[in-house]
Amino acid sequence: MIEAEKLTKRFGGRTVVDDVTFRCEPGTVTGFLGPNGAGKTTTMRMICGFSTPDSGRAGVLGGEYRRLPNPGRRVGVLLDASAQHGGRRGREALAISAQTIGVEEKRVDVLLELVGLEKSAARKRVRQYSLGMRQRLGIANALIGEPEVLILDEPANGLDPEGMRWMRGLLRDFAERGGTVLLSSHLLHEVDAIADRLVIIGSGKIVAEGSKEELLSNAGTLVRADDGEALGRALAAAGLDAREAEGGGFLVDAEPRAVGVAAQVGGVALVHLAPAADAGLEQLFFDLTSGEEPS
Amino acid sequence: MNNRPSLGRLTKVELRKMVDTRSGFWLLLAVAGLMVVAVFITALVAHEENRTFHNILANGLQPAGILLPVVGILLVSSEWSQRTALVSFALVPQRSRLLVAKLLAGIVLASAAAAFGLALSALGTAIASNSAPDHWTLPIGLLLQDVLYAVTAMIIGIGFGAALQSSAPAIVLYFALPIALAALGSIHAIKGAVEWISTESLEPMTKEVMSGHQWAQGLVVLALWMGVPLAIGLWRLTRRDVG
Repeated sequence: MIEAEKLTKRFGGRTVVDDVTFRCEPGTVTGFLGPNGAGKTTTMRMICGFSTPDSGRAGVLGGEYRRLPNPGRRVGVLLDASAQHGGRRGREALAISAQTIGVEEKRVDVLLELVGLEKSAARKRVRQYSLGMRQRLGIANALIGEPEVLILDEPANGLDPEGMRWMRGLLRDFAERGGTVLLSSHLLHEVDAIADRLVIIGSGKIVAEGSKEELLSNAGTLVRADDGEALGRALAAAGLDAREAEGGGFLVDAEPRAVGVAAQVGGVALVHLAPAADAGLEQLFFDLTSGEEPS
Repeated sequence: MNNRPSLGRLTKVELRKMVDTRSGFWLLLAVAGLMVVAVFITALVAHEENRTFHNILANGLQPAGILLPVVGILLVSSEWSQRTALVSFALVPQRSRLLVAKLLAGIVLASAAAAFGLALSALGTAIASNSAPDHWTLPIGLLLQDVLYAVTAMIIGIGFGAALQSSAPAIVLYFALPIALAALGSIHAIKGAVEWISTESLEPMTKEVMSGHQWAQGLVVLALWMGVPLAIGLWRLTRRDVG
């Protein structure tokens, strides 16, 4: 379990994290979503005791991270995949972590296989690794102590689509066995593919939080007709709040049923009528974080 | 399994970190190689009266005294320059324990280097031709000074790495500061004062059994050079945010 309670952090007069509160329960994968510079990394570093909050508190497994006697055995952390010594071999980097937290070194090879780093790759110096390989090494490093909680900052950055699918399976499996996962991303599609709960942050503040279904149930309905103008008039006549969606049609702030009725009353033939799903989430993300520089 | 990692285990890990990177490995190999060269040059080509065990040992330890502190600096500063602090502190959040483990690892490595130098110098003395009957003489006091020289040099290096948290400035300052102080010491009016802070006062350590006055100056200089950087380093390490 991960808890953030009214976390606040200021750097040089600027409030980077502002009154952030959320919880991650066992058995869930929480996506921490927000544009670059929104405060995700600072929040995660406060949770892991790298940075002291100006006010509020953060806890992992019911207490402060820094008070865990051997945190590597209970919490797996990946704060930056590039934070490895370039002159060290990949396998050796894992072996050092294993030795530090008292895990047998043979687990290193199990993990290398799990994250798909072959023997030849494990023998290479980390300097020669691609970002995707560093992410895999970082995930292996986080998993080495068989933790109950995973805290991963931008773990999907640099992974190819196959790697994303792999990570989704890995984290889903971890959560199904009772683990708690918090992962951050600035890209909606990454979080959408991997997480089942979302915490969205913009300008240091939490702007939305909940399961994907909860967030989407408010995301409205996507409706399309061949005669777009007539559809627009019908929606307006029914008093529904609609706006043009990307790729044609309208995103309507109402249930599909109400939209269908409006179209029938207006005599418009529909070609598409469904909950907004991904289009809605994208719109939601954009709305919630607008004013931020998209990256 | 949920006990915190013991200092012994952390020290072993830090020793491993000194040798398992490309730079660390070559640096240590260079130290060993230069020690061999220094010992055998002294043993074979020095003036006969200088081919004594204690003089060969003094020369053999010079490369360790000069380069091991760089290993110490890198052991700490690379946590920042290579950003491995993000991994190390996640596993050991009590950062001061990590610094203590690094110091212990440094002491072990420096002692090992001194033992290696001793064995090497004995070999060198054995093959050196010297007709003087007392050329094997090594006062126990001088032997202890030799070991202290290697160990304190290492600790000073670790202190500089911890205080500056950056490899290049720490290495430059580590070598430049003694030169600057030596220059100050050449000014007659303040020579007496500078002797209490300049590492020049440590030079007798490998050469002769030091007098009481030399010891007094040496201990003050060592306390200053080890204590100040380590205190700054510990303060920065425990108070500041990482990352």
